[in-house]
Amino acid sequence: MAIAVRNLTKLYGTEKAVDDISFDVKTGEILGFLGPNGAGKTTTMKIITCYMPPNGGSVEVDGHSVTEHSLEVRKKIGYLPEHNPLYMDMNVIEYLEYSSQLHGISKSDVKPRMREMVEVCGLGDVRHKDIGELSKGYRQRVGLAQAMIHDPEVLILDEPTSGLDPNQIVEIRHLIRQLGRAKTVILSTHILSEVQATCDRVIIINEGKIVADGTPEKLQEDFRGSETISLELKAGVTNAMTEMFPKIKSLQHVENVNYAGQDGNKHKFTLHTAKGSDIREELFHQAVAENWVVLEMTRSVTSLEEVFHKLTRAEEPKK
Amino acid sequence: MNTLTLPFKLSVGNIASIFRKELKSYFNSAVAYVVIVVFFVLMGWFYAGNIFLMNAATLRDMFEYAGIIFLFIIPAMTMRLLAEENKSGTIELLTTKPLQDGEIVLGKFLACWAFVGITILPTLVYYLTIATHGEIDNGPVLGGYLGLLLMTGVYVACGLFASSLTENQIVAFMVGIFFCVALFFVDKTLIFMPDFATGVLQYLSVDYHFSNIARGVIDTRDVVYFASMLGFTLYLTVVSLERRKW
Repeated sequence: MAIAVRNLTKLYGTEKAVDDISFDVKTGEILGFLGPNGAGKTTTMKIITCYMPPNGGSVEVDGHSVTEHSLEVRKKIGYLPEHNPLYMDMNVIEYLEYSSQLHGISKSDVKPRMREMVEVCGLGDVRHKDIGELSKGYRQRVGLAQAMIHDPEVLILDEPTSGLDPNQIVEIRHLIRQLGRAKTVILSTHILSEVQATCDRVIIINEGKIVADGTPEKLQEDFRGSETISLELKAGVTNAMTEMFPKIKSLQHVENVNYAGQDGNKHKFTLHTAKGSDIREELFHQAVAENWVVLEMTRSVTSLEEVFHKLTRAEEPKK
Repeated sequence: MNTLTLPFKLSVGNIASIFRKELKSYFNSAVAYVVIVVFFVLMGWFYAGNIFLMNAATLRDMFEYAGIIFLFIIPAMTMRLLAEENKSGTIELLTTKPLQDGEIVLGKFLACWAFVGITILPTLVYYLTIATHGEIDNGPVLGGYLGLLLMTGVYVACGLFASSLTENQIVAFMVGIFFCVALFFVDKTLIFMPDFATGVLQYLSVDYHFSNIARGVIDTRDVVYFASMLGFTLYLTVVSLERRKW
């Protein structure tokens, strides 16, 4: 169930919430939409789910256009909107039954599907409670259950772990990974670790435009600045500044060295080396040759967070 | 699911699902019972107390009073139908399900109308009271109930339309009353209107057609009126749903 978005634009009044974006989602892929609040993630999802029409461009789900074949598209999609709206006066079972009826699930399949959703989403204990009585975590699970009850080929989840405590977050992520295995999933979030934990691919959106598109590893790779190595050497008889510092600095590819001082019996250094270089081996040999004791040598990878900051902070309008 | 060949290819199954859910919702809510109680308290106050004083074997007055009371309490029944969905955001879920807007509107309309019907049912007590004490002509009684049902149908449609326009139930209530009152009183203002307008305005009045049917005669003109008012108002509601998505 592939999704094709081409030159999508959406205006709220004169403001461009989504500005000429294009991307594809392959069948079975879990795509993460990452972006600051107001970037256009929710708007894009609302267009894909046929809640609102685009102002320009097109969206096709499995070849069906969201404007021409809206009914067809909606049959294939399971949607968890932002803020997870629910009917507070219904109990969980009633609500799931209602959802299955609206999706045209045949009478004989309704009960088995409901049982499966209750089990998979862990709603067994609360299934006879009114939704209004449930905690946020359980409500989120009901929202997910409703999105999946008709076994749709596409899942659109808008901030599915919003407002959950860390335990609940892990559970929901696990659920998404599990159920998303054979489905095409788009989930939006502004929690970077979530993207890393659940998604095959990431699109970073900022101010209505796509600023990055790739796997988490590829993005980290692409946006890697200079390499950073943290080095801790044992303090010995030698003086760190006069003896160690210049020797470290003179190694090939080293662009900059910071001496952070002495902490107990450790000398701490931070090395910045050229992009793409990995001097850990030379550093090790150098240490051996000079009789330094290496207590710690860590190469830090550009985190997705840094990628995010780079891409979204830089886009701030200059006032 | 069953897609009977209704006009515009609406699925009966979907309408039925929404109908059942909304009707159940009415019985789960306190508002519904309050409304029924208020209806009968008012009926008792204005009408029932005077049945024996009137000394006439007719339900005419009951239908008139019922019509006026419903004018105010039907908007109270319809106010949450769409306004609440707009406010809580469930409208987003509802309109992204594979449903047509017409199915949503019809399902909610029929549920409220059915609830009004259930509210009217106990008035049979008045009928029984009079029928056992005098010779009542059943023709106007049947006509009266039919007219009342049709008239309340139009009120429900107006209230539903009002509810679709806002997120605020109170606003929905007030706008609903405005529409219903306008339709009801339009033929009471004929004296003040210029001659050429009187015919049209009288035709537009819900009360005018109701009175016709309540006499016991079912004239096609009146049926056409109710059918087109219902159709028009429900259509407006569908358009209103569409508009919100833009």
